[in-house]
Amino acid sequence: MKPAITLEGISKSFPGVRALSDVSLALYPGSVTALIGENGAGKSTLVKILTGIYQPDAGVIRVNDTETTFPTALSAARAGVTAIHQETVLFDELSVAENIFLGHAPRNRFGFIDWQKLNADAKALLLRAGADFDPTIRLRDLGIAKKHLVAIARALSVDAQVVIMDEPTAALSHKEIHELYALIERLKAEGKAILFISHKFDEIFRIADRYTVFRDGTMVGEGLIADVHQDDLVRMMVGRAVDSVYPKKEVKIGEPVLTVSGYRHPTEFEDINFELRRGEILGFYGLVGAGRSEFMQSLIGITRPSAGAVKLDGEVLVIRSPAEAIRSGIVYVPEERGRQGAIIGMAIFQNVTLPSLAHTSRSGFLKLANEFALAREYTSRLDLRAASLDQDVGTLSGGNQQKVVIAKWLATKPKVIILDEPTKGIDIGSKAAVHAFMSELAAQGLSVIMVSSEIPEIMGMADRVIVMREGRIAGRFERSELTAEKLVRAAAGIEAQRNGRAA
Amino acid sequence: MIAKLLKNREILLVGAIAVLLALIALRFPAFVGPSNLARVYNDTSILIILALGQMAVILTRCIDLSMAANLALCGMVAAMLNAAFPGLSIPLIILASMALGTLLGMINGTLVWKLDIPPIVVTLGTLTIYRGLIFLLTDGKWINAHEMSDAFKALPRLDLAGVPVLSWLSLLMIAVMFLVMSRTPLGRAFYAVGGNPHAAIYTGIDVGRTRFFAYCLAGALAGLSGYLWVSRYAVAYVDIAAGFELDIIAACVIGGISIAGGIGSVAGAVLGALFLGVIKNALPVINISPFAQMAISGTVIIIAVAVNARAERRKGRVILKKAEAV
Amino acid sequence: MADAQLSPRNIPDRLEGRGARLMKSWEALLIVVATLIFLGNSLASPYFLDPWNLSDATFNFTEKAMIAFAMALVIISGEIDLSVASIIALASTAMGYAVQLGADTPALVAIGLGVGLLCGAVNGLLITGLGLPSIVVTIGTMSLFRGLSFIILGDQAFTGYPESFAWFGQGYVWWVFSFEFTLFVLLAVVYGVLLHKTNFGRVVYAIGNNQTAALFSGVRVARVKFTLFLLTGLMAGLASICLTSRLGSTRPSIALGWELEVVTMVVLGGVNILGGSGTIPGVVLAALIMGMVTFGFGLLNVPGIVMSIFIGLLLISVIALPILWRRARRRLAH
Repeated sequence: MKPAITLEGISKSFPGVRALSDVSLALYPGSVTALIGENGAGKSTLVKILTGIYQPDAGVIRVNDTETTFPTALSAARAGVTAIHQETVLFDELSVAENIFLGHAPRNRFGFIDWQKLNADAKALLLRAGADFDPTIRLRDLGIAKKHLVAIARALSVDAQVVIMDEPTAALSHKEIHELYALIERLKAEGKAILFISHKFDEIFRIADRYTVFRDGTMVGEGLIADVHQDDLVRMMVGRAVDSVYPKKEVKIGEPVLTVSGYRHPTEFEDINFELRRGEILGFYGLVGAGRSEFMQSLIGITRPSAGAVKLDGEVLVIRSPAEAIRSGIVYVPEERGRQGAIIGMAIFQNVTLPSLAHTSRSGFLKLANEFALAREYTSRLDLRAASLDQDVGTLSGGNQQKVVIAKWLATKPKVIILDEPTKGIDIGSKAAVHAFMSELAAQGLSVIMVSSEIPEIMGMADRVIVMREGRIAGRFERSELTAEKLVRAAAGIEAQRNGRAA
Repeated sequence: MIAKLLKNREILLVGAIAVLLALIALRFPAFVGPSNLARVYNDTSILIILALGQMAVILTRCIDLSMAANLALCGMVAAMLNAAFPGLSIPLIILASMALGTLLGMINGTLVWKLDIPPIVVTLGTLTIYRGLIFLLTDGKWINAHEMSDAFKALPRLDLAGVPVLSWLSLLMIAVMFLVMSRTPLGRAFYAVGGNPHAAIYTGIDVGRTRFFAYCLAGALAGLSGYLWVSRYAVAYVDIAAGFELDIIAACVIGGISIAGGIGSVAGAVLGALFLGVIKNALPVINISPFAQMAISGTVIIIAVAVNARAERRKGRVILKKAEAV
Repeated sequence: MADAQLSPRNIPDRLEGRGARLMKSWEALLIVVATLIFLGNSLASPYFLDPWNLSDATFNFTEKAMIAFAMALVIISGEIDLSVASIIALASTAMGYAVQLGADTPALVAIGLGVGLLCGAVNGLLITGLGLPSIVVTIGTMSLFRGLSFIILGDQAFTGYPESFAWFGQGYVWWVFSFEFTLFVLLAVVYGVLLHKTNFGRVVYAIGNNQTAALFSGVRVARVKFTLFLLTGLMAGLASICLTSRLGSTRPSIALGWELEVVTMVVLGGVNILGGSGTIPGVVLAALIMGMVTFGFGLLNVPGIVMSIFIGLLLISVIALPILWRRARRRLAH
């Protein structure tokens, strides 16, 4: 069988990073190829090269055996390559139908956009994607799962030979995922070549025919799914055995430090009660959008809860702003590092000292020597790799940026630290450093809340786990009774015995 | 249903204009007579044309502060052409004026597209340059009514089916822009680029190029307005329409066009301009000093932006599902 | 994991010394430009190097520069204030009105500063209280403040300021150093220290680079921004006192179009219009350059409007040239 599209010897570098080196990939008609790799392995870069967003530094792209280039997103679409992206790249203010057809809308004989045909075609495409709603409503009025279905309909609207799906099931419900599987089967039957990117092994084994594994920008393995076992894939992905990754230390857990009771918010969460003890790592597990971040942010005063009380070391606290939270000793390391954490454009040391300026300065005037000392102390504890402390944070890799952000919060000497997805999108080395440091903090008597969507991380690090679902606490587990299956069930709200195991 | 209607900015604005007219009519019924309303519309025509151009630019997350200077330069060149070659046909002069306006818009667009200079800086710079060029061209001299040919001055006033050509031209521009914005890929690209530039790239839309075309469009409309302004007031000098760029932006803001891009409509721009036009024409009638107009526009802008911001404020994600509350 | 990897590595504070950083800075380029213009002016006109002439020349930038310092902070924080020239007009009108009621000089100063602060507070409340975009709000208040002047004055003018009031715009502190120039130098130092040496300045940069992250880091974003708009209001009030005193009269069109010149000065000084970076020394140099260019053109009898073309071209080219230069270098490197 001839591949629909092949990439040969593709390399791509960005200032300071080699994202892809000498990568090859072939996608076959009527077949699903799973692209597997950790965050930062180069999957997104590959997708962007395939869709004409990035230009490779070296290598060739062949479509049906003819060499070609994709200088723009449009040229890739014309060559029959389409993608459903990880983040929904759509337009909130435009209608669903227009989101599907923007850039290739049907025209009437005067060359004007034919809205009637556009809406009718959109309706048909939505039905094909398993979505039955009015295509004339504005996209912003849809929930995230429906937006994803719109993205899928958009991909179907181009007569594509190659369909790329970048984590398409991340935001979908159980039912919708099954409808997506059915759609993929239909696309396969129509002879489309599908590139399927996912972190979920159960779905990879369920729908993929082939696999390609990336690690640190290189291809480390490929073949038929039928010939491989899950453990082999994991080993290829991480490049070492999976055990011993989590440096969990045995810590004697002390008295309660933080008590939260009756926290609620009109639209985001309800009935949140828990206790956090000294030296404890409390995991918060749940699906994306379960209200974990929203609750944590209300705890530090970004949003206001409608009711609820917090006690820290036995004293009732009222926290109206992050500034007050920091002063009381509760800090929050946000999930969105680039938007809420790091201040790109400012130096490392300035990032680290920002919440601690009151301590490093004298009567409002900066004392640079103090700032450098504080920044050095905390960045070196986290094993930061940087050329100098006055380097722009934006020039660091994701993992090192995360270390700067964590250092920033630790430098305030908190009693409670909340880490929201602390290892999302960072490389393995930095991940290990963050985990090691987390253990060390707990051992020193700090209380840690770790919000995570990665089951291995939760199981490896947490002393106790609270599972949230749709804004409520859906389960509480001690470390001793923890299993992956229990977590998944509580998070997804599956009561009876249902089977979601890996092959 | 009513709540939904109230959310529609255009309908809200129609209501506001109606209330305004009703209040004036209480004391001065003649103001809302058809002939006077037609006069008010005619008087607002140029502002409407300019607001349509500014709308396209603002939709793409840019701004054009140079529109009034562009208008003044094109108007001056039109007047000079007419003074130098009185025989030159008026449509040709209009075309020349629009071509020059487009060229000036292209300069703005190129600087924004190819050099990535923030739009506000680019047009702040070209605003002073374009106006300065008028001085260089004329040495500060005026071109007065007697130097212009009668045909040149008469066209905007020319009566066609009881309506002056000036009004017809603005109606034509509204129709053209409506078609461009709703039925052409370029018009939709304006919305896409302003609504989500990042996503626009994935859709195969060239963000810079789209912005370039928005500036060209604004430039062409400013060029047209240049001729209209100069012929209507029968005088051209360096400072004509000085400060008018702010009125244009005000019309857009009042019309619900979001300064953050991606939200707005032709109807909004037209209604925003009309709102200002009604106020401007009503002031002398209700015996308020015309000097109050500036303060009133300012207040209206602030109120409009506050109202828009409330309408645009996103509702938070609803995570709790009340139906199955435990 | 090996211990060698866990042991802290030594990261230096800075890679480059002060000198090396200065050499590559925008300010260095401005110093070169300023020197060239200074030399050009001295060669072009024999009157340029006269100390009294130079002293006269300072009046064409000192008032704008006072506002530019505060504006620099506002722009670095990612906002803009286009209403400053209208605040000058309103403050001047208020002072003129007070003169008609018999106010003396100290009262006039208090009124000028007070109206400035009040206008700044209005801007600040609308922007931080209601969360509206500053560019639109200040376009609105720009119309509103000057519109109020027009309502009060129409096509009239206020004159008859007390003699002692003239000192702010016409007086000299020592030899050729006018009160205005002295104030300019003093304010340059104050704002330089405020922006570069205090926690407040650091926080302004943080807000300009990433407002959300600054908020998460415990910065009281709204409070800081409100203060910045108060400061521009106050500076506009101060400039209004100087300008009114210098002109000796108030018309509603006073300082028309100054907001654009002030913003040009700030951007020319190397402040990023999108926020996040910029320095006070840069703004000082930009003020000197614009002052010298105006003065030089004046000596050569070039009309003011041609001068404004030059400023416009300067504004665009100082931003475009480094971009083109970087692009050309990248092309050569390939």
